[in-house]
Amino acid sequence: MFQATAAEELVEVVSNDLVNGEYRHLVVATSVLAATAQPGQFYQLLCPAPPGEAPYLRRPMSLYGADPAARRVEFLYKVTGAGTRGLATLAPGETMQLLGPLGRGYRIDPAWKHIVAVGRGAGLATLGPMAQAAAALGIGVTAILSARRPDLVVSDALFRRYGATVLTVTDQEANSGPAHVERLLRGLIANGRCDAFFTCGSARLLRVQQKLAREFGLPGQVAMEQQMACGLGMCFCCVRDFAVDGEIVHKRVCWDGPVFDIQEALP
Amino acid sequence: MTDMTVRVGSLTLANPVMPASGTFAEGLAAALDLNRLGALVTKTITRELRTGNPLPRVAEVQGGMLNAIGIPSKGVPYLLEHTLPDLRQWTVPLIVSISAPTVEGFASLARDVSVPGVAAIEANISCPNIEEDGKAFAMRAASTESVMRALRAATDLPLWAKLTPNTGDVAEVARAAQDAGADALVVANTILGMAIDLQTFRPRLGNVMGGLSGPAVKPIILRMVYQVARAVRVPVIGSGGIAMAGDAAEYMLAGATAVQVGTATFVNSHAMTDVIDGLDRFCEARGIARVADLTGALKHEEADEEDLAWVTPAA
Repeated sequence: MFQATAAEELVEVVSNDLVNGEYRHLVVATSVLAATAQPGQFYQLLCPAPPGEAPYLRRPMSLYGADPAARRVEFLYKVTGAGTRGLATLAPGETMQLLGPLGRGYRIDPAWKHIVAVGRGAGLATLGPMAQAAAALGIGVTAILSARRPDLVVSDALFRRYGATVLTVTDQEANSGPAHVERLLRGLIANGRCDAFFTCGSARLLRVQQKLAREFGLPGQVAMEQQMACGLGMCFCCVRDFAVDGEIVHKRVCWDGPVFDIQEALP
Repeated sequence: MTDMTVRVGSLTLANPVMPASGTFAEGLAAALDLNRLGALVTKTITRELRTGNPLPRVAEVQGGMLNAIGIPSKGVPYLLEHTLPDLRQWTVPLIVSISAPTVEGFASLARDVSVPGVAAIEANISCPNIEEDGKAFAMRAASTESVMRALRAATDLPLWAKLTPNTGDVAEVARAAQDAGADALVVANTILGMAIDLQTFRPRLGNVMGGLSGPAVKPIILRMVYQVARAVRVPVIGSGGIAMAGDAAEYMLAGATAVQVGTATFVNSHAMTDVIDGLDRFCEARGIARVADLTGALKHEEADEEDLAWVTPAA
């Protein structure tokens, strides 16, 4: 008997609210299958056409929350192109076609005592559910959230709700540079509060963590973004270069990821 | 219940709907029961190990997309040891798509993939021919005939030729493929196109040019299927912008025996089963007992020969 792992379905918008000057929080009502997702997985959304535009392809969107009991899936997005401009037009009660969950998410080792999540911008969306899953396993989380300005920091309340210690760094306060973040991370490592790195959304901060992970022999995972067409590993549009056993190989972000070993990723 | 079976040469398919090569891999099984399809068609494989084209490989355009993926291929051993065993779990006929830069390369590859469990070979002769100045084999009748003749001698499996729309006389190319031994013709591959980013003044594809697919191409490829079906005796498989059952029905009325659905699967993973279910309902609603009865059932208005001369393929 065939059993799908990803739902292809019409979902209903529950809410689609601005959370600050740039980000919106979309909540949709789905089937149990669509809401049965692992942190780090993503969905393909058929965004409605905004006025004067007609996006043809779907847009990949990482999950910001998924609750199979409540049959809800949440997304956090910034309006940047035709797809997200269309998403922003969705009102409660309207519907949208969705496929998911897709891809391989974060792998969390229950033996870890304390992990660090480092995210910037829209990259923070994917780390929230990871922090929730870690907290559920009794793993302490320190979240370093980076943004251009303090009012654009998103999901800090979400991380705190999951019991995470939250440090925010911003360009405006001139403390978001890699040197300062490296000092913060070295402090956490020295205090035994970094058994693994989790990151998304910044190539500069990824490089800092790769360096520290090598230096201290720590594991880590990174969620990668890439333009996609199919989302199911069929079209080979979303390949990126990865370093595997001393060789540069192509991997599909949608199928082999979007979460990869931190040392394999080439920023 | 409509009788959904169709015959493509010696091959009987449970229904006329299959994926277009390049747009399908085992990942689709996450969302779709592949046993519901008429056939499975692999991505094109080459003997050479190919990593594919530079990024970006896809550009969204009005009513579809441009792609220049570049046929990434892990070669023959990987196909035989991994891809085929994976896909043989499914009960539907498996079609292997192949490509090569030379006539002899095509023939030897066809020999190597003629293994148990492969129901037919689809020769993607829309790729550049390095012996002909990089022009695709299927752009000209002569190069189509020489490659298909070599392929025919190399395999006893049913042999399909995937034609290119990037030719002035698709009917002449189709006849050449048939006369050289093709058992069926897939019409057609993507239409060569390009797009430019007005912010950066750069091409929107890493490869500069790429193939247009999606709803935008349907009227053009539908016309080619009509022209080819009138010019040959072998079955024609229509492929170009099919997203819904009505699109597939148009292709069959124009002369297609079966259809391939490609780009539509990217925006609806259930596109192929939607087309199958929709064709069933389409026939039922019209009292058509067999979906195969749609093939070539296009009705012409009364017209004299001369009025139609401009749509008739050149002799």
